[in-house]
Amino acid sequence: MSSKYSNVTVKGYRRENGRVGVRNHVVILPVDDISNAACEAVANNVKGTLAIPHAYGRLQFGEDLELHFRTMIGTGANPNVAAVVVIGIEPGWTKRIADGIRETGKPVAEFSIEQNGDFETIRAASWKAKEFVHWSTELQREECPLSDIWVSTKCGESDTTTGLGSCPTVGNMYDKLLPEGITGFFGETSEITGAEHICQKRAVNEEVGERWYKMWKAYQDDVIFAHQTDDLSDSQPTKGNIEGGLTTIEEKALGNLEKIGRTSKYIDILEPAEAPTSGKGLYFMDSSSAAAECVTLMAAGGAVIHTFPTGQGNVVGNPIVPVIKITANPRTVRTMSEHVDVDVSGILRREMTIDEAGDELIDMIRRTANGRNTAAEALGHREFSMTKLYRSA
Amino acid sequence: MSEIPHLLVHEHADNVGVVVVEGLTAGTDMLCCVTHDNSTFRLTAGADVPIGHKIALKDLKDGDTATKYGEDIGKIIADIPKGDHVHTHNCKTKRW
Repeated sequence: MSSKYSNVTVKGYRRENGRVGVRNHVVILPVDDISNAACEAVANNVKGTLAIPHAYGRLQFGEDLELHFRTMIGTGANPNVAAVVVIGIEPGWTKRIADGIRETGKPVAEFSIEQNGDFETIRAASWKAKEFVHWSTELQREECPLSDIWVSTKCGESDTTTGLGSCPTVGNMYDKLLPEGITGFFGETSEITGAEHICQKRAVNEEVGERWYKMWKAYQDDVIFAHQTDDLSDSQPTKGNIEGGLTTIEEKALGNLEKIGRTSKYIDILEPAEAPTSGKGLYFMDSSSAAAECVTLMAAGGAVIHTFPTGQGNVVGNPIVPVIKITANPRTVRTMSEHVDVDVSGILRREMTIDEAGDELIDMIRRTANGRNTAAEALGHREFSMTKLYRSA
Repeated sequence: MSEIPHLLVHEHADNVGVVVVEGLTAGTDMLCCVTHDNSTFRLTAGADVPIGHKIALKDLKDGDTATKYGEDIGKIIADIPKGDHVHTHNCKTKRW
């Protein structure tokens, strides 16, 4: 079936593995917290590179360690990244991450600090980073079908206007673009609570729906009920949500789920930071509802553009993925317009339909893919937050 | 719609609606719009209610269920007169 979006193309970077990126970063990636300083020094030496410091990577084990590797490798492998310099304290885990990224075919070089010190590591890594910058800046954008773009979504600082305006706008975008063959991500496991009966039914079939429910129930039992000390009344909904008029988690969840539209169905469930392997379509990623953590996980899963509905005005960005902010709240438009990419407050005034708002978002996705910097990029928001499952050894 | 609505309601089954204008004051004769089919009705605001916050569309009693999106969003924990503010002081989750 052909629609007005069937022949839309964007200018992206076609990577060695066939995936399409919309940015062209040379990333300096620390394996662990104590390699942050060396990575930041390399990024300071070589302009046009991007260090991604983070807080973890030492003495993790089991499933938590696997998630660490998946997040690191997925970040480096993301098609918005042209080439990667990996720096770790010792060569073992450093090589494991570098080799994982190398499977995409992109240029990767790894360095370890022990027996070299920061000075020698920074010297050698800077030479390699400079070589990568020269190489990557000669890569050209090329015409690619819009369907090659992987788009994620997660909302933040939600209020009642997100359920009325900005989340249905994202849903309308998915209803229009998923049939055209894009790959989509949604998640926020704790924030489906109250709408789980609806979410389960939005699976492509009963088997996927049952797997989804088990995943959601395990999160409820193993995380929420195992650790709660109160009724979560200050955490979910958050203080910001309550200020914005959201009263209960059920109300928040129903608004959240508007992001998958009226007709879209999810075809599979992903572990945190896991890349989809079941073909084109919509995926649910088991993920935290905290903005930076969730965007980081979806970027590691391979999303190249993130659509972010907000009510009260969440300002989050990501180092490698452009985050498009959509709001329907006229007060947020009035007080925080520097953070807003798509203003859909006309929906509340009944001057704009959801269909029109969806078209505006798709246009902004197209422009962002072609190179327009988002508000979060222009303002330097590069929040990179690893999800940690439990204490390190 | 020539007049901008003060209050939006998702579904006809809902018993709460959302204030979508800033500075709403008690006594305002609100234009209310049901987004499902754009049908409208009028209701008098019983309190000053901030943008984004909810208003009861009918008298609600302690123990009632608050309905929005046509779905259960929690329990009413105090009597709320029609037109009054509905929030954490008189409505609570049934979940945790």
